[in-house]
Order: sequence, then C-alpha cells, then structure tokens
Amino acid sequence: MTRLATGGRIDRSAPLTFTFDGAPYTGYQGDTLASALLAAGVRTVATSIRYGRPRGIFAAGVEEPNALVEVDGEPMATATTVELRDGLTARSLTGRGRLTAPDDQADQAGHDRMHAHCDVLVVGAGPAGLTAALEAGRTGARVIVVDERTEAGGTLLETRDLVGDAPALAWVAAATGLLAELPEVRVLTRTTALGRYDDGYVVAAERRGSRGRLWRIRAAEVVLATGAHERPLVFAGNDLPGVMLAGAARAYANRYAVLPGRRAVVFTTDDSAYAAAAELAEAGLEIAAVVDPRPGGGPDTAFEVLAGHVVAGATGTAEVTGVRVAGREIACDLVLVCGGWNPVAHLYGQAGGRLRYDDDLACFVPEGTAGRCRVVGAAAGEFSLAGCLGEEPRPGPPAAPVWLVPGDEPGYDTHFVDLQRDVTVADIEAALATGMTSVEHVKRYTTAGTAHDQGKTSAVTAVGVISALRGVPMGDLGTTTFRPPYTPVSFALLAGRDRGVLHDPVLTTAMHPWHVARGAVFEDVGQWKRPHHYPGPGEDMAAAVLRECRAAREGVAAMDVSTLGKIDVQGPDAGEFLNRVYTNAFAKLPVGSCRYGVMCRADGMVFDDGVTMRLAPDRFLMSTTTGNAAAVLDWLEEWLQTEWPDLRVRCTSVTDQWAGVAVVGPRSRDVVAALAPGLVLDNAGFPFMTWRETDVPGAGGAARVARISFSGELAYEVYVPWWYGLALWEAVLAAGEPYGITPYGTETMHVLRAEKGYPIIGQDTDGTVTPVDLGLGWAVSKTKDFIGRRSLSRSDTSRPDRRQLVGLLPIDGEESLPEGAQLVEDPDVPVPVPMIGHVTSSYRSAALGATFALALVKGGRDRIGTTVFAPLGDRVVAARVADPVLYDKEGAHRDG
Amino acid sequence: MVIVGAGGHGLATAYYLARNHGITDVAVVERGWLGGGNMARNTTIIRSNYLLDESAGIYEHALKLWEGLAEELDHDLLFSQRGVLNLAHTPQDVRDGMRRINANRLNGVDAEWLTPEQAREFCPILNISPDSRHPVLGGTLQRRGGIAKHDRVAWAYAGAADALGVDLIQDCEVTGFTTAGGRVTGVRTTRGDIGAGRVALAAAGHTSVLAALAGFRVPIQSHPLQALVSELLEPVHPCVVMSNAVHVYVSQAHKGELVMGAGIDSYNSYAQRGGFHVIEHQMAAALELFPIFARARVLRTWGGIVDVTPDASPVIGRTPVDGLYVNCGWGTGGFKATPSSGWVYAHTIATGEPHPLNAPFSLDRFTTGALIDEHGAAAVAH
Repeated sequence: MTRLATGGRIDRSAPLTFTFDGAPYTGYQGDTLASALLAAGVRTVATSIRYGRPRGIFAAGVEEPNALVEVDGEPMATATTVELRDGLTARSLTGRGRLTAPDDQADQAGHDRMHAHCDVLVVGAGPAGLTAALEAGRTGARVIVVDERTEAGGTLLETRDLVGDAPALAWVAAATGLLAELPEVRVLTRTTALGRYDDGYVVAAERRGSRGRLWRIRAAEVVLATGAHERPLVFAGNDLPGVMLAGAARAYANRYAVLPGRRAVVFTTDDSAYAAAAELAEAGLEIAAVVDPRPGGGPDTAFEVLAGHVVAGATGTAEVTGVRVAGREIACDLVLVCGGWNPVAHLYGQAGGRLRYDDDLACFVPEGTAGRCRVVGAAAGEFSLAGCLGEEPRPGPPAAPVWLVPGDEPGYDTHFVDLQRDVTVADIEAALATGMTSVEHVKRYTTAGTAHDQGKTSAVTAVGVISALRGVPMGDLGTTTFRPPYTPVSFALLAGRDRGVLHDPVLTTAMHPWHVARGAVFEDVGQWKRPHHYPGPGEDMAAAVLRECRAAREGVAAMDVSTLGKIDVQGPDAGEFLNRVYTNAFAKLPVGSCRYGVMCRADGMVFDDGVTMRLAPDRFLMSTTTGNAAAVLDWLEEWLQTEWPDLRVRCTSVTDQWAGVAVVGPRSRDVVAALAPGLVLDNAGFPFMTWRETDVPGAGGAARVARISFSGELAYEVYVPWWYGLALWEAVLAAGEPYGITPYGTETMHVLRAEKGYPIIGQDTDGTVTPVDLGLGWAVSKTKDFIGRRSLSRSDTSRPDRRQLVGLLPIDGEESLPEGAQLVEDPDVPVPVPMIGHVTSSYRSAALGATFALALVKGGRDRIGTTVFAPLGDRVVAARVADPVLYDKEGAHRDG
Repeated sequence: MVIVGAGGHGLATAYYLARNHGITDVAVVERGWLGGGNMARNTTIIRSNYLLDESAGIYEHALKLWEGLAEELDHDLLFSQRGVLNLAHTPQDVRDGMRRINANRLNGVDAEWLTPEQAREFCPILNISPDSRHPVLGGTLQRRGGIAKHDRVAWAYAGAADALGVDLIQDCEVTGFTTAGGRVTGVRTTRGDIGAGRVALAAAGHTSVLAALAGFRVPIQSHPLQALVSELLEPVHPCVVMSNAVHVYVSQAHKGELVMGAGIDSYNSYAQRGGFHVIEHQMAAALELFPIFARARVLRTWGGIVDVTPDASPVIGRTPVDGLYVNCGWGTGGFKATPSSGWVYAHTIATGEPHPLNAPFSLDRFTTGALIDEHGAAAVAH
C-alpha cells in the first residue's frame, strides 16, 4: 500500500469496496478509481490496442490516455475521472468498449436538459476562473461557473501552493464562500463544458449519478479558465507502467494521499516538475535524480540534477524498473515526466480563435478574444499562480522544449506519441515518408490524437515530433482542429427525454378516445394518429374497407377530419397573397364560398393542396394536407418574410382549434339536417363549395359547415371548436343512427377519392409532378402570376409527354397492382428495361367491383386504352390505361 | 489543364484524365490540404440504389468502379460491401421503397425488400418493435453497398495521379481566372498564375465563389452538415442502416467507432460547423432504432458543407465560359460517386463533350426544367 497516513481530500472514515478485473479492493470516499487502484499498488491497468503492451495510469484527469475501463455497464470510461463508489465493478479495456443489451432501468433513466442565460459564463473554477467569477459577480452580473471536477479549486486541489502565506485551498474556500453569497452566481461542479457554438452558446454536461443534465447556456461573455494540460516527453519505452506525468503524481499525493511509486526519476524540461518533486519527496517519495535537458537545469533543489542530459530510455518489461541517463542506469519504479504545458484551448478554437505558437512558453496560446470568448489563466499561457489570481505575473525562464529524445539505438519503435492509439514516432516517420506534410494528414495517417482522449496529451506532441523530424518551426505547422465535445458524452444524455413516445410528439384529435373504444386500427400521418379503418367483428381490413366504402356510396358515413392542417390567413392583402401562393385565383372568391387550391414550389411542382374558405373580405381559412401543415405554414412565412414583406398578411396555425367531421353519402343531407336544424340545406340554398355558420346544439353551439367533397358524394364538413369535437362526433353518429351511419378511416377515404381520380399530394406526387401532369390544368391561372408559374413554361416542364396521372384497370380484375410497381411497354426486353411510369395508389373498389390503380405514366393521357405491364419479379401484371376518374364521371352524385 | 480542388472528385478526375485520356499536363490546386474538405468529413457510405435512371446510371457506374478500385490503385481502401439497409417507417416509405426496388431491378441494380423481421436478421441490434414511435415497416437492402475509408481513397487517387505525372499543389488558393476572348486561359492563385487551356472546378460549395469570380452563377445552396463518431467499440453493428423518417444513418468503421450522420442545418453557411441541437436530435433518433447505443459516447463531432442544387442532383459539365467546367452540387451524396464523378468529368474535360452518364446533369437543366429530382416532395398523405 502506498496510501499516506494523513492528508488528501479523501474521507478515511468512509471506506468503499470495489472490484477491478474481478479482484476486490478498498478505497475511500473522495477517491477516483485511478487513485484507489494506485493506492492498492495496481500498476498495470490496461493493455494497448495495437501492440498489446501493458499500460499504467499516466495522468490524473480527463487527459488520461491509458486507463480506459468498463464501469458498471458504462462501456468506456477513464479511471481517472470515475468517482469511486461502494460496490463499483470495473474491468480493464484494450482500447475498445463493449456495448451490451440495453438495461431499461439504467438506460431509460431520464436525462434532463437545462436552459440558462447569463452575463458571464466562467469555464473552470481554478484560481483564474474563481478570480474572474468574483470579479464579474461583484458587479451584480449573472454568472455561471462550470467545472468538471467534484469541487472548485482546479489544480490548487492538487498542489501545496500558497496564496500569500496561507495554503491556496484556504483562498479557494474563501472565494467559493464569497461566490455563494452572491445571489446571481451559480457554481456547477461535475459539469464539463463540451462545446462552444455561435453567439455565446455553450453546451455542458453535468454528472449526477446515473442521471445527467445537459446544460444549454447562452452567455453574453464566456471566460475560458480551462487551465493547461501537462505534456509528456517522447523517449524510448515511454509507455511503460510507472511512467507518469509529474503533475499527475503530485495530484495523487496531494489530493488523494497516494504515492504512485517508491523511487522516482524526474525527467523534465519545465520548472513545475521541481515543485512536484519537492512535494512528493516531502510525502515520502524517494527522488533518485532530476534529469533536465536544459544546460543550466532548473531552480535550486536538494535533488541530484543531471542538467543537459536526457532519459535515453526507460527499462523494464512489465513495468518501468529504471532509466538510462548519460550512459548509466538509474533504478526506479516511477518516471515523472514533464515536457511543458499546453493551454486547454478547445472552446476557444471552436469559437474560431487562432492559436499562436509562443516560443518563450513553447506552446500554442490563444491570441486575443474570439466569439465572446475571453481566455484567462493557464489557458491563456499565464502559468504563474500570481498571474492567475490577477496579480503581477511572474514569468518563468524561456522554455526549451524537447520534442523528441533519441534513444541509445536508432529507431523509434517504442517512442510513443499517442499512448491510446499506440502511435509511435516510427509511425509519424512513415507518414512523412509518403510525402504528407500537413499535421491533419499525419493525424489521419497515424490516427494520433483521435482516441478517447482526443489527443489531450498527444496532439501537440505529434506536432512537435513533426517539427523535430522535418526541421519546420512549430508555428508553421499549427495544430489540428479542436472539435466538440471536449470529453466524450453519452448518446443517452444528448437524447435527454426525447425517447420512446416522447421522441416525437403524438397528436390525437378530440375524438380519439371514441376511435380507441371502437377498436380502430390507427396509422401515423405526420405526428397524428388517424383511424385507418374500423374493423367489425371478424372483419379483416379488406372487408372493413369495402363495408365503409359501400356505406359512403350508398348510405352515409362519417370521418374525423380534424387533423387537416388549418391556417388562418388574415389581413388586407390576404386575397392577393393567396393569389400568389395558389396556382388558381382567390382574390375574388366571395365571402361564404370555398375553393380548392393547388400550390407549387418555385420549380412549378405541386407542393400542397386543399380547400380554402373565405371568412371575411380580409380573412381566409386555408386547409392543408395533414402531414404538410407545418411545412405549408413555413412556406407561407418564408414568402411573407423574405420576398413580400410589403403584404399586410398574418398567418396563424389553427389546426388544433377546430375539430371537424366529414358527413358523406347520399343520406348526408338528412344527417346534417338533424344535426343543424337551422340550416337551409337544399342545393340552391346551400350550394356546393360554399360554407355556412350555424348552430349545432349537440356540440356547443356555433359551428361552420362547408359543402365540400373528397369522395364525389354529397358531403358536408362540420367544424366546431376543438373542445366540442367529441360531442360533435357523437352528435353526428346519433343523428345518422337512423340511416346506419358508418364511421370510416383513411383507407376508405383514399379509395373513395381514388375512384374519383383525386390525387393525394405526397402519394400520387413526388415533387416532380406539375398541376397539369395531375390533370389539374383547369386550376392553373393563365392570367395572374403565382409561385412556380415561370417554371411551368420551361421547355421540359411544358413538354406534352410528361408523366401524367391516369387510371389503371388490371386486365384480370382480381389481380392487384402493388403500389410502387414500375410500368413498362414491353416486359420481355433485357435489363436495363425502359420504364414509362409507376403505380402510385392501388385499391379494390366496391363500386367498380374490381381492382384499380392510379399511376403516373409517360404521356399517359395519350395512352388511354392501351395496355401497360408491371414486371414484379415473379409475375407480370397487365393493365389497361384509363381516365383517372373511374366513378361517376358526370358528377351526378355530388348534389345528392 | 488545371483542376481546382484536390478533394476526392478533383483527384479522381486528375487520375482518370491521365489514365483514360493520356492527359498528364495537369495541376490540381488546393487551398488547404488534399482530401481535407468533404472528402475528410463524410460518413463513407457507398450505394447505387437510386430511383431515377440518370442517378442510377452514374452511381452504379461508380459502384462498379469501387468494386475494382483497390486492386487498380493498389491501395487497401477498406472497401467493405456489408450491405446498406434503408428503412421504411410509414406506408409512404413502403411505397417509395417498393418503387425504388422495382426501378433498381429493371435498371440492373441489386435491390431487395426486407420485412421487419428480415431487417432485424440482417441487423440484429435494430429495434423493430411495433410499439416504437416510428415502427420499422420494412426496408430496402442493397447488398453490394457498404463503406470505404475516405482518407485512403483520396490518398490512393492522389498517389496514382502523381505517379502518372499530375502535379498536386496544396496551400494554393485560386483567386481569379484569366480569360481571353471569352475563353479561360488560366487561374490566378495565392502562389502565382497558372496558364491552362482548360480549367475544371471541383470545389463543392465554394464553386459559387469561384463561379462568381468567373462571372456566372450556379444554383447551389451551401449548408452545414454534421457527423460524429463514438469511441471505439467491439463489433456491434454489421451493416449500414439509413432511415429518412427517423433521420439516422450509421455504420461501424473498421477500427470500431460508430460513424453517424446528423441532419442538415437549415441555414446557408460556409462555416464547417452546425448547431448542437441537430446532434441532440440525431442521438434521440439513433436510440429509437438502436437502444443498445444508449451508453455509447460521442467522441467527436464535425461539420462539412453540402452543396445542394434545387433538384438535389449534381451539375457536371460546361459553363457559360469556354474552357471552364464545373462539377458540383453533390449535396450529401458525393463520396459514393467519387470514381464515376472523376471518370465522367475527365471525359467531359478531355473531349469537350459530356459522357453519356453525365449529359443529363448539365447546368442548363435548370433552364429547361429537365430536373433530376431524386428527393421528391416531402408531403405526406391526407
């Protein structure tokens, strides 16, 4: 055991038991898995991914490249960031995690999204971050401080630095105490800023046991106090267990009261490791020597300093047993390395900030502010504590980086640059040998910097190695791009509660409970649940649909049409606006009338259709297809806001304000008469394509009734406020009861409309179909301008042999044409077979007593009467091309 | 000749100019590092099961080239024909899938329909529960589809073109064109002028910028499109799954990371980054189809720029400037087309006439209306 008897920020009164690779261990509250393993003397924690080499704990934070573990079903975590808990079970990994079958309890745990706005967001609660937070907080600003550690203090938790004459942690306690008194300041620990997006938007992940919170923070200013990561040194055998960042060893001793070894050699190019060595020695670690390549070495120290020398190699097989320096071997079980420090500039880079290579500091430092991001402290290259606290900085001596330490023997096979990806200097040499010069190419070729740690210890080192090998200045090479997230984040946390039924809102109508009780089979249309058909006892779908169709054609039937998109279009220019939006004219539509309209995209292709009522001279109620309601509103707004801001028009979605029932069939007039006793219903008093306001006593009173038909039958649509939807539905059914009124679903609606040749936008069209192709040329104005008009006159769009909507009657009326079947003139030619069209809709018709289909067929209207073929792999279906209107072509049923 | 842009398409074009047409006096100029644009940012999916004849023609030609490419370029491209499964979640998805399968078969492109159970057999981690919010109603499968390693493709084409005598010039941004009598005579670059009899743009979204320098406009809109990878995982996902309705496309790369594409950002931008909510939405969608991914972690996200034309099909051919050619507008589909895009573009540049496979993809189709609208409208039935 190397646990120290005193000190550290662990709770010795709270021992915790855990297992690692099956063996039981004990640690304390406050430990990480890594510190507890080190305390237990576990030196080797993983096996490397390419070469199967043993690897030990290398760092103490998120930058850890080696100690990847599976923890209680978490497929891949870093032992240095796993807070120890009682009963924890961990297993070492060889570079790859393992996903196991989902555990509903754990994986469905609701992760939450939090939204916050602030004046200043401080990322990092170390000395610089706390200083910045205090400064902002004292002005009364709304401040949020996020820090990935379990408590504020940053690296001060890991050192024995003093502020003034007192331990720095006393300063931290005072600072956090002051912040706690400021009402507008909020400090979030265990919270990692993952990425920075446009306009001061920062996404952060807060760990809260098995549940997490994803914070979406919008800040007027972002202060990045993200500190710095220590750099390793690249020498032979630098991957052996026992080679560790000097600052990490310092952290283990000071924060966790763990000595990670007994006898250490310190190999450093930076003064910070001298302080680490002193603190570790005081804690009981034997410092065999300090190897410092700088000719003059570092600050004064009690240790033997081998200045101007390097560690030519680490020796040992399973773990480090010594180092070779200046021709001699020094025995040790720990090599503490420090090759300098890299400012943590991830979020700054994501804000578009540029990094400058600073020769004095030997690192890439942020230059100025970027996108509301100001960088302070070590992240800005200010490595002195005094500087971080806002006092006079005390710059250290100019840096003398050593990017690559040659070994005793030629070759770089065990000079590791990226420990997790097992990338060596030899790999970088190989990349350069192909002619690659860009750091991005070398990264991609070698995979250096692409592992779980995203290059926190390797990316800049790789640049340094390239610089050393090619003799090119660091500043000319630059860094690779910093991509979010800063640390890995689980899919589940990002998904939040958008899971299962909440993944996409489910919309239901006011009548939905009735449909459910009646045993309706539903289909999804957009976000809506719509009854597809209502099977009777012992009925399959085909039988139910035939029954429903017959009722609509011969008696009366009712459908819930509440889901149709409804947009209230108001304003003095509403008529002009609709004139431009629809291919046909609306400006002169009389109040009290309705009109069917078609709208096109700018390319002249049909986008949506529906019936619009004129409610008042300056007010229309537009209906859209169910699935397209939101897209149509977006479309209208796009034109109003970007192209025609001069039009005085406002659009409001009222889809779920009005519940509607279609009453369809020869007896529908009788039903509506009973439903709305005050309504004049004869053809002269209430003609086709008009609407009336009336009173429906059974459904709250005020209602709108429109005489429109999507079936060819006499039909009415009755609308009441949504609240009364179920009452309306029940009132309609009660009124229709004497006539055997039959509820019907979307499939019957589809059959009825197809028999009449009415297209369904999105089923019989695919974005390549003009109104003329659909046979709706009558609805295309020749006198006014509208969206898509110019496109319709283009040579190809006005071609006479375009694909046109036609009916298809299978030669064998019992055989059905599958929707999606392609049509050919001659099924016997070899591949590729020229195709002339495809089946868009296909049904069995009760009225026709046969199957039929709608299809888009090249030059279809000229082919009426000819035979086309649908090759289906195992069979070919022959069908006669027909007019798309197959039922009541004269429209005799429309008026009852 | 000068090719502007050393992405996959530019490099493939250079290679086929040399290989098929014996033209090696070619410089490929690149403002960044070769293969560093969308070639380095896509999700590497390869398939040819397109609906329309014109698309099927050019993508199937690409797939046939992919099938021999590693051997031809003598480079392991990690091309893996593990099958691409496109899921259907609505009756209209089913209709569209059937229509596409029937069209593929008649065009000689392999295609199968899988029931939900067959889909799960093909991809055992797929959630086909009928109770899910958008249940899987089936899917189309192209077994010849799959993935390849994008970087290696770029490097292989670059190496092969270089070996045939093509010059590859990085860190060289085109700043203008020189013309004489309405005909292009070369390019101006940040590293000096280069004279050329013909200049071929292969610059994706930045084609708009270059076209403006040459005095014409191209009908493309550039949007950010993000993608992401997970940490390395043991094999868990054996194929490529795509779903339009739930908006997921995902495969597992050879090293082990899950590679996923997110949705397109709706605004226009050349910034290679998108909004984070798009990623969040993407993760929610992925978990609907693959509950086993819940604890996987996002390691890295990034953005590319997709150049989208009004009909979402590319433009390959002549421009209003004599001797200046354009190849752009591949939107989200460019990687899979790399070999045939280079093949037909090289033909177009070398002969001055489009190859039969790219003749329909001319710039003037937006004037005539002869669009190749693969996406179709987004409307849903009543």
